[in-house]
Amino acid sequence: MKWQVVDTAKGTRCRVLEAGSGAPVVFFHGAGGLLADNPFLDLLAQRHHVFAPEWPAYGESTGDELLEDMLDFALHGWDLVNALGLSQPHLIGHSMGGMIAAEMACLAPRDLSRLVLVGAAGLWLEDRPIPDIFAMLPHEIAEVLFVDPQRGAALLTGGADLSDMEALKDFYIVTQRRLAMAGKILFPIPNRRLSKRLYRLTADTLVLWGAQDRLIAPAYAAQWQALIPRARVQMIEGAGHMLPWEAPQAFADAVTNFLA
Amino acid sequence: MKFTWFNLMPWPYLPDDFRERHRSVWVDIPNTLYDPRRGHNVYHTYLDQLEYAETLGFDGIGCNEHHQNGYGLMPSPNLIAATLTRRTSRAAICVIGNSIAGYNPPIRVAEEFAMLDVMSGGRLVAGFPVGTSMDTNFCYGQIPALTRDKYREAHEMIMKAWASEEPFAFDGKYNQLRWVNCWPKPIQKPHPPIYIPGGGSIETWDFCLDYDYNYSYLSFFGYLRGKSLLDGYWERVAKRGKDESPYRAAFAQIICVADTDAEAERLYAEHCLYFFNRCLHIFPPFADPPGYRTMATVKYGALSQLTRARQKILENLTWKQLVDERFVIAGSPETVRQQLEECIKGLRIGHLFCLFHNGNMPDWKTRHSSKLFAEKVMPRLRDLWPDYKHDERWWIHPMDDRLRPEEQRPGAEKKHVEWPR
Repeated sequence: MKWQVVDTAKGTRCRVLEAGSGAPVVFFHGAGGLLADNPFLDLLAQRHHVFAPEWPAYGESTGDELLEDMLDFALHGWDLVNALGLSQPHLIGHSMGGMIAAEMACLAPRDLSRLVLVGAAGLWLEDRPIPDIFAMLPHEIAEVLFVDPQRGAALLTGGADLSDMEALKDFYIVTQRRLAMAGKILFPIPNRRLSKRLYRLTADTLVLWGAQDRLIAPAYAAQWQALIPRARVQMIEGAGHMLPWEAPQAFADAVTNFLA
Repeated sequence: MKFTWFNLMPWPYLPDDFRERHRSVWVDIPNTLYDPRRGHNVYHTYLDQLEYAETLGFDGIGCNEHHQNGYGLMPSPNLIAATLTRRTSRAAICVIGNSIAGYNPPIRVAEEFAMLDVMSGGRLVAGFPVGTSMDTNFCYGQIPALTRDKYREAHEMIMKAWASEEPFAFDGKYNQLRWVNCWPKPIQKPHPPIYIPGGGSIETWDFCLDYDYNYSYLSFFGYLRGKSLLDGYWERVAKRGKDESPYRAAFAQIICVADTDAEAERLYAEHCLYFFNRCLHIFPPFADPPGYRTMATVKYGALSQLTRARQKILENLTWKQLVDERFVIAGSPETVRQQLEECIKGLRIGHLFCLFHNGNMPDWKTRHSSKLFAEKVMPRLRDLWPDYKHDERWWIHPMDDRLRPEEQRPGAEKKHVEWPR
């Protein structure tokens, strides 16, 4: 995989991970960003031309001050697609990225091919409140994100030694910057009324979920299916909210089958 | 020097095992711990104390805004202040303040503060905090990364509403009002003195200096720890070419006065420890949501946030530590005078917010401490800033012929009275 940097018409500058060849697929990451290793992208790149942009305030991407609300985020998604010169790509969105991809698909339903939502944020079920990720201690975050929190914590920190003060400080600053950005569409409740627009989402949609997701309960998958005109649900056993990292092969197989 | 008697209004009935059983005194504190029937007595005790402080000669009496909070029973400080306008007539009424980013629309604050200024005869000190993250973000749902921007817009609307003599349209990013027309308007012109309570956000310094507002550092951790922050502020003042009037700055300090140092420990230790152990027991993530602090501030103070030194200190506090580290200034009148002089001069502050009621301190001890301070300490600290004796830029300017409603028996019959001309 290789990095490239693109400038959007609005003025953001975003780093994009790119690999493979074939039909274009854009993967939008969630509030935690891309991690140090993203093997599921390599697996997808065996069949597709994969692009994985980083949202502003993530990694080296800048221009976060230009994006303030849900519409800004969704239009930024299309600005990126345009800046990459892609036509009718497949969109995959994980967690917050799913929320944005679904919004993009509601705004411009004819501009994408197929849509994959993975443990997507954006809906709210009163009887299944999503835990408040903005009010969690670091170890609590790993517990809701991963089936195996210990392994998860190592993935999140990229193996950095957080007993080292400098490493801890860097990790803290990076995390603060990312989640400050994510909070614009996720705080205090990750619901920006997408549900009333989903009737416009006419793309074929796969709703993919980790069966052991402790952050956004699998019950949400059924809600997405109920609101999107042409959606099917697939549960992946043994995976939690971080499904693409927890079960990369199962993830890639499900996506590849759906896009074939 | 100006002294303001401040009451946080803590709930005095938090159980002994509060720390062990609950993760936070703020935001998600179980509201079953609150007993409204006891609350009736608590409110009146605290209100009586504020009124008593005026009779002792304090320059101001103060309250503030907190939500879902076991150490602050004032979701609406304006209600507290309103009662004080009826029962006092001399002291400044310091509302420090209204967390304006959380008001919708913010014109409400312009209106209520104007009401308080008019009712009090021009005695309002108006505080505009960004609000703690607990209050503004977690309790009132404001998005952390946009809170400061929303705050700036609310401030702009309020100040414009007070200044304008004609209705105007306000087309903001967060607030749109076609007709802004503040009615009533404040007595004090161009506006009541404005205080900006700050924690450690460095942007707040520039905001205060841009508008010549008072910067109030409200810490519970004493002047030794407050020094580096206020040093930073004064450096900024000098850099901006502003005069160095100490009245530009205020500081909050817990104070306990008794006849002797030993007596102070005997009388007040348990109540101060109640405050530090139970009232400041805050779940750390509530205090630091991503985006609440700007990246500049995060980088400036990142390590101190990380070490959670403060939380650690709170775990096994002793009275000796509280006093040695000056979280609490306690002792005989002479001890308190010496330490406060060091505090006032060291921080270069013209306003002191004095916290005499702490934790679950009973009324009589609170009054005893306040009275000793007023009689034996305050007079000897009055003239610490002789060069700025006549600097009233950051203090109230009440009307001379204001009424004294507290001298009237409630509901007393009155002779035939016409409206004054």
